Order: sequence, then C-alpha cells, then structure tokens
Amino acid sequence: MSALALRGVGKVFNPGSDQEVRAVHGVDLSAERGEFISVIGPSGCGKSTLLRLIGDLTPPSSGTVLVNGKTPARARLDRDYGMVFQSATLLEWRRVQANVELPLEIMGMDAAERSRQAAAMLELVQLDRFANHYPWQLSGGMQQRVAIARALAFKPSILLMDEPFGALDEMTRERMQSELLRIRAETGTTVVFVTHSIPEAVFLSTRVVIMSPRPGTITEVVDIDLPEPRSDDTREDQRFFELLTDVREGLRAVEDS
Amino acid sequence: MSPNARRLLSFLGILAVLIAMWEGYKWMGTATGGVWPGTGIGLPVRTNERSMPHTWDVVIALLRPARRGGEMLLLVLLRAALFTWRSALLGFVLGSAVGFGLGVLFVRSALAERGLMPHVVASQTVPILAIAPILVVWAGRLNVTRWLVVAVVSAYLAFFPVAINTLRGLRSPDATASELMRSYAATPNQVLWKLQVPAALPYLFPALKIAATASIIGAIVGELPASMPDGLGRAILNFAAAFSAAPEKLFASILVASLVGIGFVGVVVLAERVLIPPSRRLEDLSEAAGPQSRTLKEVVA
Repeated sequence: MSALALRGVGKVFNPGSDQEVRAVHGVDLSAERGEFISVIGPSGCGKSTLLRLIGDLTPPSSGTVLVNGKTPARARLDRDYGMVFQSATLLEWRRVQANVELPLEIMGMDAAERSRQAAAMLELVQLDRFANHYPWQLSGGMQQRVAIARALAFKPSILLMDEPFGALDEMTRERMQSELLRIRAETGTTVVFVTHSIPEAVFLSTRVVIMSPRPGTITEVVDIDLPEPRSDDTREDQRFFELLTDVREGLRAVEDS
Repeated sequence: MSPNARRLLSFLGILAVLIAMWEGYKWMGTATGGVWPGTGIGLPVRTNERSMPHTWDVVIALLRPARRGGEMLLLVLLRAALFTWRSALLGFVLGSAVGFGLGVLFVRSALAERGLMPHVVASQTVPILAIAPILVVWAGRLNVTRWLVVAVVSAYLAFFPVAINTLRGLRSPDATASELMRSYAATPNQVLWKLQVPAALPYLFPALKIAATASIIGAIVGELPASMPDGLGRAILNFAAAFSAAPEKLFASILVASLVGIGFVGVVVLAERVLIPPSRRLEDLSEAAGPQSRTLKEVVA
C-alpha cells in the first residue's frame, strides 16, 4: 500500500464565477512509505494547494486522494498528518515544552507520558535546553525546530511541510535541512515538502516534482539518486550539481511554456 | 525613575493642571464680572459659589457632617458607594459571563451571530433610563430583592463590551493555528479552550475595564427607578435637588462615584497584571466599544 496515491486530482476555486481559478489540475502522484517528495514550482503553481488537498485542509474538486489507503479525512482523524508551515505558529502563551505537548494533550495522552515524549522530541531537534523558554525568546530557526518537534511528537506517518524554511537565512536553512534529514532517518516518516528552492529540493528529496501554473499541474518528476546518507559534502558532489541543472531546466521549461 | 513613578507623577501633574484650570476660570470670572477679558461676551458657566465651588471646598465638604449634627459626608457617601458597588459587582460578574457566553456562541455559530448581533447592538441604543423602571416593575411582581434588580440593570450595560471583544479575541488566532488544530483532529471544545480562549484573554481585559465602569454607571442609574434609599443614585439625586444651596456636596458625590469606578477598574488591572504577561497586554481601549459615554450624559441629565 502506498503512503500516498493521487489520481486525476483537481481543485477549482470559485467555480462558475468570473474569479474562477483552476489551482490544481489532473495531478497523478504516488509515494511509497519513507519517501521524501519535494514539490517545486513558480508562485501560483498550486503546490501549496496540492499539499492542502493531501492534508484534508481543503477538499478536491475532482479526482481521488488516498493516504495510507484511506481518504484524507479518515487519515486526519487517525492523526496520520504532522504539519509544518512557513510560520512556526507556536502558541505564545505556552512554553516550548507545552507547545510540543499540545497535540499529545489533544490526543488525550496522560501527563507523564506526554512530558516524556515532548522531552524526547526536543532532544531530537536539540532544543532540550530551551524547554522552559517562551517562543518569543527563541530565534526564527529555533522556533521552526520546535514546530517540527511538535509535528513529530505524535509520530505521524506522513509529514506535510509548506516552505518550512522559507523565512530563514541561508546558513540556518542549510543547517535545518541537514537536521531534517537526520530526523527523518531516525523516524522513517514519509515527507511531502513544498519549496521554491532548487538546492533545498535536490538535497532533501528522493524525488522532486515540478509543477507549472495555470492550471497547476505536474510537468516533470526528477528522481534524486544522490548517495545516502547525505551530508554537507553532498552539496559539493558532482551528481548534486547535475541534478540541480536537471531541476532548473525542468523549471525553465515551465516558465517558457 | 521607574515607569510606575512616572505614571503617578503624570497623573498628579494633569490633576494639578485641571484644578488650576477650574480655579483659574473661576478667578477670571470673578475678576471680570462674568465676561471674557476685554469683551462684553458672557462666560458660558457662571463662576459664583453656587455654580462652581472651589475645589478645596468640595474636599472640605467631604470632611464635614452631611447634615447638621450628623455623620461626615465622606462616610455617608462611602457607605452609599459600598451599597452601590455590591450591585455593580454582581452586575459586572453577570454581565461579563453573559458577554463571554455570547462571544463563544457567536464564534461557534455564524447563524447566531447574524441573527442575534443586531439585537445585541440595538440593546445598547435603548436608553438605560427607560429599561431600568421596566425591569424594576417586572421584578417587583416576582418578589426579587431590589438590589438584585439593580445588578441586572448594571449587567445590561456591562455585557456589551465583553461580548464584542470576546468575539474579536476568539477570532484572533491565525488561520494556520486553526489548521494545526484541525490536523490534530481537535474537537470544537478543545479548539475553544486550548487555542481560542487563551488567545482572547488579552482582548478580554480591556473590555472588562470598560465593563467595570459601565457596571457602576448601570447600578447608579438602576437605583433611581428602584427607589433605593441607600445607594449613590439616591445620594446624587438628593444633592442635585439641593444643588443651588450646597453645590459642593453634589461635586463631592461625583468625586466619590468616580473614585469607586477607578477603584473597580484598578482591581481589573491588577487581575490583568497577574494573568497576562506584559508581552501579550493590549493597551488599546479604543477598539473595545463601550456605551458608558452615553449613559454618563443620561445620569447628568
């Protein structure tokens, strides 16, 4: 059973009106468990909408989405999704530890277990020393690591990330990417990752999906056959540069069309 | 200088300016015989002792017996204020609870908001002076203690700012925060108590400050048709009737009434200090619409 199976998926906003937008059109995509899929494309190509369709944040207008063989609504109720957005969206009145515990609280885990689990997650993102800080006391990169710890706290089978490092500076960004790979290696989570950075997509992914706008559809899928485990050396690998070129050409084809 | 000391100093400074303006105007009117200097245009307010007593006479009046051989005016007014404050406190609690409940109802149900909101707004355009006697008559049939009826009138004014600001606060979290809760498959109650209510607290306190002053006004106004002999409402009415004979007593009761209001707001501010960290406090009262300016005019009329 695939972790993800999309068939003929489309999304039309404001159908029938003069503001009708075909955000996503005829998307077929599947992913095996443990894959890391990046979705890349110019602004307005529907990549965020695609992520929202998978995560049951908006219903599709056509086609079917299956997550672990279930409808997105079922998968959401089964707590299959961990979500990370561009803004960390931490609750400002909760300390770091309590922010990570939030989903566990909602799922009814008892306090001792919750506390143990959240502490383990903070250790995973190397923020255990900041458990008692408030979000505003942390840098943007640290806040985003808390958001990742929170998303992973309940061990979701699929992680949906919408430009999670988009607001970070380049150095922080590369460090976060390495950390995300390490975390994924430890947890084996399937990841769908929306970005508009080519090096980020290539460095992280097992496959890069290129989308074009109006209507948002998949134009090319690039398999990333970089050696594992990846490290900072990977970024200087000859193959890394070749793949960057492949993805860049795929994106250029989109813009020329 | 600490921020608190600076705040106190600026408060005292402005108080001194206001007193100076009052006394200065009075001095000018006395000197010119009631006209603007160098003109024949009359001053809008007469400056004699019957219209504008000296500020110190107001303070002195507080320390003198209210009636010949009776108790000190200050004591009489404080006792009346305490009596009124009992109704106001209950009205404040009742009104805030109703306002909070309405805010929750509105954020839960767009239908309820569409249907009820116009009535809620309309309720505040009805003069409280007209509502109060109706409530008193109705409650009279039910044998309810009078001061409870006054509390209801007080709650009638207090609930509105709380309802409006609670709704604003409950709606304040980002869309992504709501989507996060959705991704956890949180129940509506979990979203309310873990996301919306904590997010609403900074919005709630400015509204509670307005509700505190409104509840005092409501209680004073409510006491008039209820013919309560013991509260500030009756005291103000009595001293208003005797204004030309002893204007300083009416001014003294206004002073005490506003001090009660300030004290009440002070309690709410303290609660806010304890419950809301500085980084989350809203200083902005303008967004929290309140009916108090209108009712103040009614009381004076």
